[in-house]
Amino acid sequence: MIRTPLRPLARILHARASGANPDTIERENLRQRHEVMRDKARGRAQLRLLFLCMCFFSAFTLVGARMGMLSASEPMEPRSAGAATNIAQGRADIVDRNGRVLATNMLTHALYVQTKDLIDPARVARELAAIFPELDGPTLERRFTDGRSFLWVRKVMSPEQMQAVHNIGDPGLLFGPREMRLYPNGSLAAHVLGGASFGAEGVDSAEVIGTAGIEKALDVRLRDPAQAGTPLELSLDLTVQATLEEVLHTGVMQYEAKGGAAILMDVHTGEIAALASYPAFDPNDRPNPLADPNAEPGDSPLFNRAVQGVYELGSTFKIFAAAQAMELGLVTPDTPINTQSLSVGRKRFSEFDNHNYGPTKTVTEVIEVSSNIGTGHIALMIGGERQKPFLKSLGLLDASPIELVEAKGARPLVPKKWPDVVTVMASFGHGMSSSPLNLAAAYATIANGGTLVKPTLLHHTTPEIGPRVLSEQVAKDSVMMLRRVVTDGTASMAKMDEYAIAGKTGTADKPRRGGGYYEDKVVNTFASVFPAEAPKYVLVVTLDEPIDRTGPEVRRTAGWTAVPVAAEIVRRTAPLLGMHPAIAPQPVDGLTAVKQ
Amino acid sequence: MRPLLYVLSFLAVLGLGFWAYRENYTTQAALREVASLQDDIANLHESLAIQRAEWAYLNRPERLRDLAVLNFDRLGLLPMEPHQFGRAADVAYPPPPSIADGVSDGVSGLGIDQPMDTAGTLNADPEVQTP
Repeated sequence: MIRTPLRPLARILHARASGANPDTIERENLRQRHEVMRDKARGRAQLRLLFLCMCFFSAFTLVGARMGMLSASEPMEPRSAGAATNIAQGRADIVDRNGRVLATNMLTHALYVQTKDLIDPARVARELAAIFPELDGPTLERRFTDGRSFLWVRKVMSPEQMQAVHNIGDPGLLFGPREMRLYPNGSLAAHVLGGASFGAEGVDSAEVIGTAGIEKALDVRLRDPAQAGTPLELSLDLTVQATLEEVLHTGVMQYEAKGGAAILMDVHTGEIAALASYPAFDPNDRPNPLADPNAEPGDSPLFNRAVQGVYELGSTFKIFAAAQAMELGLVTPDTPINTQSLSVGRKRFSEFDNHNYGPTKTVTEVIEVSSNIGTGHIALMIGGERQKPFLKSLGLLDASPIELVEAKGARPLVPKKWPDVVTVMASFGHGMSSSPLNLAAAYATIANGGTLVKPTLLHHTTPEIGPRVLSEQVAKDSVMMLRRVVTDGTASMAKMDEYAIAGKTGTADKPRRGGGYYEDKVVNTFASVFPAEAPKYVLVVTLDEPIDRTGPEVRRTAGWTAVPVAAEIVRRTAPLLGMHPAIAPQPVDGLTAVKQ
Repeated sequence: MRPLLYVLSFLAVLGLGFWAYRENYTTQAALREVASLQDDIANLHESLAIQRAEWAYLNRPERLRDLAVLNFDRLGLLPMEPHQFGRAADVAYPPPPSIADGVSDGVSGLGIDQPMDTAGTLNADPEVQTP
């Protein structure tokens, strides 16, 4: 770098010669040098500022661009995070207590049409009608061409039908994936499962909603995406259910009944091992409700007699009067009761078929022979103001808490006022109606030692001990009375060597629509518990309008119809439930005879 | 010294760039593989669900009952009934070993000196058997 001297000798000498101050030259030069230095520094500062500007500009551009990208892009899960294993599951499966599938989902396709993409609507309509028999070609063609742009054709179809539609080869025919509810066991446990159908429908998916039974009652649980992977475990046992339905069906056929219902329930946990109502339906193809407003609800196969069938359950109620009287200390099993006559006000009560059971019977015998008059006397000892709360505490006056959507609508019919006439009639199950399921729960309370049982369809292993309704001794005595009904009384057809059944028959006349009762239409019920020595299960069998024609005269009492059906159910299901029969000792053979 | 540093850092940048480029493509390949695996898993889940449904359908009690009736002469299956239960005490003792079995010491006393077939064999013609 060439440095300009501040005091150039030539100019100094020249200045000195002319008498000027040489210092001015130095100052002038110093000033010029400072100016140059200042210019340089300014330029540098400007450059720095520019650089800083560039930095900030690019930083802000980066942030801005990122924000813009984030706001403009579709939200998406990072692809590498989390395994998407639950895609295929929309609605949770339903399985029985052993994990056997009762309801599951299947992937199928819905068919829809974008009419503006159709090349030849007439041909497509014709060929679709050939594939799907329920479609009508000309109607379909009219709908293709009436100006709409979108049209659903089928909600579900089989793979073969889908291939056939593919073969039509029209670009206007499109498929949307669908999860379809499938009940692989057909009509088995149809009334429990209910059925499902499609709710809101879109092109890519449709929601499956329950329409009846447990599918509707637990719809929220079944649709919960968090629990879609865990199947809903029911207390039903598929094998027992199938056996129960088979025997019930045979029984209904044999006794020419209009229908029937059977409930098998664990007395300790309240779990329902099997629940059947006949006639049944196929939940895969749920029939429509009856259109005729005059039809009885029981005429429809959709009607669940076990839960919705609110009948007068007849003499099966007698044990409640006896149990309550024992609980209150009014009677013991051996207390003699008047069975001669009973009148309340002007109403005279009589026995079934105008039997005469003699002047007195013990409480056990009253139950054994099913004496209306005897039970009426016991009920009058209790009194209506104590009887009604007791029946309520057994759950007989309220809708059953079971997980079925139909249960809420089936409230027992209970008289509003409770005079003595009602007290007497209620004691033998007339004048008030309840469902077989309520009856089963009440019998379970007696059978398990006196604690209330809440019937449930969900599998749980630990018993829920409800509030105590009866003392243990009374419950035990009541079961022994029920056992006497089978060994010596009206339910003698349930007597067998293998299993000790205890139960009570009930025959009630069917009420007419307009009032009064039918002469020749009855509802027969047999409520039983087994094994009698340590009850594990309660079985209620109800037959609607059964007739027994095996004897010389036509018989309609429960002892001849519901009881043999129940006995056969016990004989067939008890081994499946792991109950060992009482085995008669084998005849002595040579070897053991010598030993003895 | 300084030029060497420049060259080295330049080479380092070059190397890192190459590494980043490769990592980028490996990651993308891995992501693609994960996506296709997840597609496979979803498909397998779907077919598993269908097969489970089909298994349940083929094992529905109604069909099994009909099959048991159809094949009664070969299988002899009957519904489970109480009279099929027995007492352990009623089971007969095995017949006493005969003299020909030789001395009874342990296993050899039972006459077992060869591996024996405990499962038994079906004597039916395999052609007749249905799956």
